[in-house]
Amino acid sequence: MKNGITNVLIVGVGGQGVLLASEILTEVAKVMGLDAKKSEVHGMSQRGGVVTSHIRFGEKVYSPLIPSGESDVILAFELSEGLRWIHELAEGGTFIVNDHKLVPPITATGKFFYPEDAIDRIKARVPGAKLVEATDIARELGNPRLVNTILLGVMSQSIDLAEDTWLEVIKKMAPKGTAELNRKAFLAGRSD
Amino acid sequence: MEMLLSGNEALARGVFEYGGEFASAYPGTPSTEILQVIAKFFKDDVYAEWAINEKVALEVAVGASYGGARSIAVMKHVGVNVAADPLMSLTYTGVGAGMIIVSADDPSLHSSQNEQDNRYYGKFASIPVLEPSDSQEAKDFVKTSFEISEQFDTPVFLRITTRISHSKGIVEIGDRETVEHEGFERNITKFVMVPAYAAVRHKIVIDRLEALKEYAETTDLNRIEWNNKDVGIITGSISYQHVKEAMPDASVLKLGMGYPLPMKKIAGFAAKVKNLFVVEELEPFYEEQIKAAGIEVEGKKYFSNHLELNVDRVRDGFIEAGLLDASVKSSTALAEPEEVLPRPPVLCSGCPHRGMMVAMKKLKLYTTGDIGCYTLGALPPLSQIDTCLCMGASIGHAFGITRAGKSDGKFVSLIGDSTFLHSGITALASVVYNKGNTTNIIVDNRITAMTGGQDNPGTSRTLMGEPTNAVDLKAICRAVGVEHVREVDPYDLEETISVLKEETERDACSVVITNRPCMLFPSKIKDEPYTVILEKCTACGLCFGVGCPSIAASDEKNDKGKPKAEIDPITCTGCTICAQVCPSGAIVPLEQ
Repeated sequence: MKNGITNVLIVGVGGQGVLLASEILTEVAKVMGLDAKKSEVHGMSQRGGVVTSHIRFGEKVYSPLIPSGESDVILAFELSEGLRWIHELAEGGTFIVNDHKLVPPITATGKFFYPEDAIDRIKARVPGAKLVEATDIARELGNPRLVNTILLGVMSQSIDLAEDTWLEVIKKMAPKGTAELNRKAFLAGRSD
Repeated sequence: MEMLLSGNEALARGVFEYGGEFASAYPGTPSTEILQVIAKFFKDDVYAEWAINEKVALEVAVGASYGGARSIAVMKHVGVNVAADPLMSLTYTGVGAGMIIVSADDPSLHSSQNEQDNRYYGKFASIPVLEPSDSQEAKDFVKTSFEISEQFDTPVFLRITTRISHSKGIVEIGDRETVEHEGFERNITKFVMVPAYAAVRHKIVIDRLEALKEYAETTDLNRIEWNNKDVGIITGSISYQHVKEAMPDASVLKLGMGYPLPMKKIAGFAAKVKNLFVVEELEPFYEEQIKAAGIEVEGKKYFSNHLELNVDRVRDGFIEAGLLDASVKSSTALAEPEEVLPRPPVLCSGCPHRGMMVAMKKLKLYTTGDIGCYTLGALPPLSQIDTCLCMGASIGHAFGITRAGKSDGKFVSLIGDSTFLHSGITALASVVYNKGNTTNIIVDNRITAMTGGQDNPGTSRTLMGEPTNAVDLKAICRAVGVEHVREVDPYDLEETISVLKEETERDACSVVITNRPCMLFPSKIKDEPYTVILEKCTACGLCFGVGCPSIAASDEKNDKGKPKAEIDPITCTGCTICAQVCPSGAIVPLEQ
């Protein structure tokens, strides 16, 4: 944390739900009375490209973009995307990655290869990196779509925002009829 | 009440709160959501429509303003080029009720063909330019823009950038306020731009600009935030936010009005600070004017006009200028990134454009391309788009290259339905008139897909969700004089190849129109998925060549070590293109 601002970088692939997750986090900060900004870089990501979302909150936030190497928390929805952005982590920051691979079609050209050693490279760089089996937890809860909320729950352990506010915002923003499931998913992640 | 809103959402909210009554736009990233938000949340109070292109969007909004409605025309930066013709004379006529032109610029070309700086349009047209620096200002400046427009009888250019449009921040919201205006009042010397009347109006524009310069000196849009006077920074738009974070101790002159500049205020600020800088994204728009006024200032020497600025780039500039210590940067700011494979955007699984691209590739055609999802066909493995310049250019390009007569191979143009309607029709008529013999392909997926699935004059639905008459593409092509207009099913490769072959061999202008809808909009389409029989797959790699995100290399290899293919049943839509290119019949419906 620099100047009292918490910086969270959420990364993944277009269609994974990065944007909704960052929306929820930003709203939680806002409800807690903090200044908050969120900025996405997604170019033409509707078609399976890289997605990053910058979330910043604190007493007063100016730039919507996190400066290089100042991400206090990085939450990656996919292994190779975690590896792509790991250098942005601040010294002593928290790195959380979903143990999930999405192999891009460009590998079919035979010129590019998916980094099968992603977990090793992540651990070599950030020994304390947390690997989350979100897909397994979601399956146990009975719905594969809960991965995002589980990851938010895991991340919530590393930032100072009240559990009640998280639950209130998730209830408000979860798709219709899924509030209770998402509550369970968040709490499962929070205790993982 | 406070809400978290993006710049686009806040701007739309501003149109509602400050008595906007009429909004017209052509979709274009990063501006598209403004009209969608108006149509979704405020349509009881604000009329909103998709126009066929930006020129028409501006013209109808001008009409609404002449007719007494506070109006807004919204477009991306390159859209203003299309609307420049009405803009450059609209400045002469002035407005009726308040009128705003929103220009959403795209520094860093997140989704554009260039990164032009549209503040120059303000200077070019002698109209005021307002530049919000966050979501709150995106809303507030709508109010000020309407007021300036009505006070000075001028259209106002509200210039945002991708980083303003797509960042969210906390916005204080309020209720709708309305202002009463009369309808159109006949005033021939004001509204009819023939030479004699326009000459008189030009003098009015020159005088108006002088009055606006005076306004710029006193408006609170431009404010000084005094701090340490060693460094004084003139900045505006998103750069202001980066400056405040990177240089918290500096004095700042924040410009909310980017044109005309408050030159007296700037001179006063300059006189009181030791080192004066301009920090602005893209071109040296403020810097050149300030230097021309004889004030010593540095800008682009330290802050490049290439790509977006951010806190790092602002810090780097001041470190280079010797005014900031390098230790402000994070200890990991220069950490080497890991090498990770690229993840470029691709045509969706089942996209109907894919079949057409594969057919064109099979026939070894050159493709003059256009703006839309199909531009993604330029990327490997398809690599089937050879030019892309601007909306509607494909049809003229194919004709020009062919008529120049120096290139081997056949050149066909490729354009989408919405882009054809936007600015392809006139090009096609011109090609026919000039006895062209090119083949022109319209990939008609019945939606404006690249910007997220907007309706257009071909879809039978308005932005407000009402049914309407649809343009008949085939009838248009015939009406401009094309004798050979063919329809093909792009999921039938054999038919598509045979029609393309026939038409490209014909010595006459022809049009081939595909007839399958987008897989995503207005609703997702998914048929039974296909699968690869690994025993039959020879690992020839032809299916990889169609560039489908559902096809990947499997762990199975042939005896030469080449990977066999596999298909993801969740994302495969069953379009069958890969099955049609497979020479060994290894790709079959999963159910079998």
